[in-house]
Amino acid sequence: MTTLQPPAAVDRTARPSLKRDRRSWTGWGFVGPFVAVFALVFLAPIGYSIYLSLFRDRLIGGNTFVGLDNYQQALQDDQFWAGVTRVGLFLLVQVPIMLGIALLVALALDSGRLYGKNFFRISIFLPYAVPAVVATLMWAFMYGTRFGLVGDINDAFGVSLPDPLSPDLILASIGNIVTWEFVGYNMLIFYSALRVIPHSLYEAAEIDGAGQLRVITAIKLPAIRGALVIATIFSIIGSFQLFNEPSILKPLAPNAVTTDYTPNYYTYTLSFNGQQHNYSATVAIVMGLITMVIAYVVQLRGMRKGA
Amino acid sequence: MSNNTRRLLRGIGLVCALALGATACGGSDDGGSGDKKVSAGDIQAALKKGGSITVWAWEPTLKQVVEDFEKDHPKVHVNLVNAGTNKDQYTALQNAISAKKGVPDVAQIEYYALGQFALTKSLDNLSGYGADKLAKTYSPGPWNSVKTGDAVYALPMDSGPMALFYNKKVFDKYKIAVPTTWDEYVEAARKLHKADPKAYITSDTGDAGFTTSMLWQAGSRPYKVSDDGTKVGINFSDKGAATYTKTWQKLIDEKLLAPVNGWTDDWYKGLGNGDIATLVTGAWMPANFVSGVKNASGDWRVAPMPQWTKGDKTTAENGGSSLALPAAGKNKELAYAFVEYANAGKGVQTRLKGGAFPATTKDLQSKAFQDTEFPYFGGQKANKIFADSAANVGRGWSYLPYQVYANSIFNDSVGKAYVSHTPLAKGLKAWQDASVKYGKEQGFTVSQ
Repeated sequence: MTTLQPPAAVDRTARPSLKRDRRSWTGWGFVGPFVAVFALVFLAPIGYSIYLSLFRDRLIGGNTFVGLDNYQQALQDDQFWAGVTRVGLFLLVQVPIMLGIALLVALALDSGRLYGKNFFRISIFLPYAVPAVVATLMWAFMYGTRFGLVGDINDAFGVSLPDPLSPDLILASIGNIVTWEFVGYNMLIFYSALRVIPHSLYEAAEIDGAGQLRVITAIKLPAIRGALVIATIFSIIGSFQLFNEPSILKPLAPNAVTTDYTPNYYTYTLSFNGQQHNYSATVAIVMGLITMVIAYVVQLRGMRKGA
Repeated sequence: MSNNTRRLLRGIGLVCALALGATACGGSDDGGSGDKKVSAGDIQAALKKGGSITVWAWEPTLKQVVEDFEKDHPKVHVNLVNAGTNKDQYTALQNAISAKKGVPDVAQIEYYALGQFALTKSLDNLSGYGADKLAKTYSPGPWNSVKTGDAVYALPMDSGPMALFYNKKVFDKYKIAVPTTWDEYVEAARKLHKADPKAYITSDTGDAGFTTSMLWQAGSRPYKVSDDGTKVGINFSDKGAATYTKTWQKLIDEKLLAPVNGWTDDWYKGLGNGDIATLVTGAWMPANFVSGVKNASGDWRVAPMPQWTKGDKTTAENGGSSLALPAAGKNKELAYAFVEYANAGKGVQTRLKGGAFPATTKDLQSKAFQDTEFPYFGGQKANKIFADSAANVGRGWSYLPYQVYANSIFNDSVGKAYVSHTPLAKGLKAWQDASVKYGKEQGFTVSQ
């Protein structure tokens, strides 16, 4: 697998042990640099997190080995599960909306019936180029009922719009920001997948008398299923890792965004405010496992349909 | 793993220090946790020799102090760093201490946060430097905040006896009397908001520091901490807490509090244009008025803090901070020399000129200090009111040894009272539960 076999006839009689030795070393030589970097930046942090999660460092009593106690605690931690439920809800509502819009835009661009196609493509992609921090701050000021766009609308029309930063609406407000940021990115994935579909298929469809809708459902969508699955998996991971938006909105809506708002925010609070590094590592690992399982299930399902 | 060994060694060192007394262990000069003995002579020698120290602080008046200190001691270089304000700086400091890297020689720490750092042996006991002899220098409130038993963990820098700051222009315009009790305060709030729906008596969106200070004044003593810091009691259901929540709930229910977060642009704007008509806070506030609310100069005045019973004089502290020596810092002699200079020596006068509020008895009682006229407050001699407040601070208050964390989760529970129908008292109970849970997880013996 790692090296080419020498021509079989020549070396049959050579000492096999020596040859096997040399072969394995050559292989390692090629893989070595990768393995070293992989181990250093990928395996070592995970290993260290797992190591950390087996201890408990307390203000009183110091650092002790506690085995799987932290995991047991995490599984029964209401704050953690409330966060998981929240991002789960976010995932179920926001991701379909975002991918739906992205798909519509990509199909519209691909249809070739749009004037100013390049302009639309760039302007829809542009929000992705805005750093998440800037985007969130920008939206936060628009959301403000006292100083922002919402406040101005209220004043100008004498209405009283609901406060987007209130506890009931803030998750939707965050969803709006994330959608705005990532529609362009997903659109580009879909659009580039659409561009590689052979034109002969469309011509064949036209000869068969298929309309645009039929072309979309019978040719375009099946052809970009791979891209759809990938985009969905990225979005799932993105939702579970929700952190920037709530943490930036926190100073503006201190009572709506709690310190355990999302699992990532919770681990941040545990670690940096509570000095509970061990438990924080545990929560991070559990969340990582949940994300992996869900992403894997989606991939399996998506690919099976595609086959 | 070496990390662990080091921790173990430190632990052994600690046990050793506890069991045999400070001097018996010896041999760990490089940032150990033992009590260091430094004489005045050592400090003088270090100042002559020179060197450089790093100071983490956000108090603005320290800049001038640093310049003067360097002028007096030309060989000493002081690197003044603003590593963030309160909570942000504590996070940075805690991380530096855990990493054992980049720890400053001197750090500004508020009184409520000292316990957390002292308990983890992250600070030097300054008794060994001669700080224990300064007991008479400081007023009792701040002094009690920096010491636990015989150990002195920092020197008080300023203090925050509370007072009522009010916008006289607004009060005159609507002919509202300055409230002397909290009931009158609620009345004033109603009258003001009725007269001008955009104006509020004050702003409050849930602030742990403010709430605990209000509880303090109301006679509540929710936190009890044993001398060694390992046993704590948390209980928000005493009479004082009920007094506070009953009144404050009215302000929340009738929407008489401006929904503006403190220290934001919006907040400064409200203080300037009369939308936020009063502020109940510590005596360190004037400097912030002068720099942050320039346009309202002359509008504001200071009055004694409103009372729970008419005729009473009890007040509380809000904020106030100290300078401490992190155990992992270097150049201890120079660091202490600076702290003493800034908080007990010549630096105090410099900081007073800059608008700081002293923790030193002598300055508090001096005629020059009390007669200072504040042009910002229309020439009012506000220090008289502050000094009076400092003398009447309610006794026996203590913060948790992990108050920084408790305050960081305040809005998760009590904050709900400000944005939903959760009663304030219920919010406090939830905060109590969360604080108890954390205390138990951290190995404290917690009673409720």
